[in-house]
Amino acid sequence: MSLMQQLNGKALRMGIPLSVHLDITYRCNERCEHCYLDHDDHGEMTTAEIRALLRDLAEANVFFLVLSGGEPLMRRDCFEIIEYARTLGFNVKLKTNAVMIREKEAQRLRALGVEQVQISVYSHRPEVHDAITKLPGSLKRTVAGIRVMRAAGLKVTLANVLMRSNSRDSDGVRELAAEVGAHYTLDPTITPMMDGSTSVLQHRISADELRGIFNDPTLVGDAESFCAPPPPVDDGIREGLPCSAGHTACYVSPYGDVYPCVQFPLACGNVRTQRFVDIWKNSPQLAEVRSIRGKDLTTCSSCTHLGTCTRCPGLAYMEGNMRGPSTADCEKSFVRTGIPTAGMLARASAGQVPHRAAPGLVQIQSL
Amino acid sequence: MKEIYIARSSAVASRVLDGEIVIMSATDSTLFSLSEVATVIWQAADGHTPLSEIVRGRICAEFDVTPDAAYRDAKAFIDDLARHGILRVSSQPIDSDGLRLSIPVGSGSARTA
Repeated sequence: MSLMQQLNGKALRMGIPLSVHLDITYRCNERCEHCYLDHDDHGEMTTAEIRALLRDLAEANVFFLVLSGGEPLMRRDCFEIIEYARTLGFNVKLKTNAVMIREKEAQRLRALGVEQVQISVYSHRPEVHDAITKLPGSLKRTVAGIRVMRAAGLKVTLANVLMRSNSRDSDGVRELAAEVGAHYTLDPTITPMMDGSTSVLQHRISADELRGIFNDPTLVGDAESFCAPPPPVDDGIREGLPCSAGHTACYVSPYGDVYPCVQFPLACGNVRTQRFVDIWKNSPQLAEVRSIRGKDLTTCSSCTHLGTCTRCPGLAYMEGNMRGPSTADCEKSFVRTGIPTAGMLARASAGQVPHRAAPGLVQIQSL
Repeated sequence: MKEIYIARSSAVASRVLDGEIVIMSATDSTLFSLSEVATVIWQAADGHTPLSEIVRGRICAEFDVTPDAAYRDAKAFIDDLARHGILRVSSQPIDSDGLRLSIPVGSGSARTA
């Protein structure tokens, strides 16, 4: 067992929120077509409030801190927040579009000991990337920011969210990552907006394109093993936890709202009215999330994919039931293995169609 | 014997979890979990206290170990952490390299700077 696994196990046993994702603003200088956020400022936490929150998080033994947004550098106090977080001993990872990062900012991030910077890059082609961000010149500025960060010695990851509009550009982004010495991750997940609106889901790639990704050994390793039928469900899986959300990880919004995860908009409390540790320990909502085991899931508990599905309880919650299936993850499990999920079969028998017309899923309706 | 001075790098993250210090280097993202003895060395690595004094005054005073063996083990531990950019080692006293990190103390708490 790796040290990281041991650390996660210890955090789970002790009820420690090992990882917290903190969005310090929802404001952004880009307007990405698939973004799930409302970019207006509805009363962000002040610098003093964020400093107090960071002290509380340190006291709760949070170790990994993801600072993100919106675009975190839209806040004038962004570096002050990062510096304070670092003096409190957090491992800080920053998510940014790098548009506002020049040499001076890159050097400062390096000096502050930021462990990693993650940057969204949608394409190696400006006409595609800029059309998604709706900010002319954004790819050029983002790549310039990536280069100065790499020159400063920062570890950089290019996060490539894959959508219909850029589905053919993943190889180009991968080549760009290799050229600048950055890591590369690909994510085909598009989530509904925080208010539950599903309009952005139209940007999800097709099932055929998803199948291509799942069968690409340069992305998934051993594709045959990755796409193999799931192993039999045993008691360990039935007693297992759906994911780390609310167990060893959580999310705090720029307004101080605490959620189990950035993709799980179940309000558990607000740090403006309660201390973080009180919310973490006493929130009834978090208690409910923590009580759920594989065997408790409606529909999914009888699914053959239970042990291998990437089922996101947050996406399931946004569909109306945190114990229910997540349509997007049902689709992924099916596309990956060719074996229908219990959720798909239940929807088909109820005469429901998936969230969007997915050509590869049409056959399910006849089952 | 030439004196050795050790200082914690500012490019690390650290926490005390269940009485055990966990450290991650921003340089190479390596995660460390320190033993009790290593924790003493880590906490005493202020850049100004010679290693021999840390071994004599802290390790030999708190643990049942001979000075020679303690020094040898401490040196090996220090070399390992230095390779990962977690500790800075010098034959001269070391000043801060910038950021002043709080040092996690005790069990389950963090002291602010």
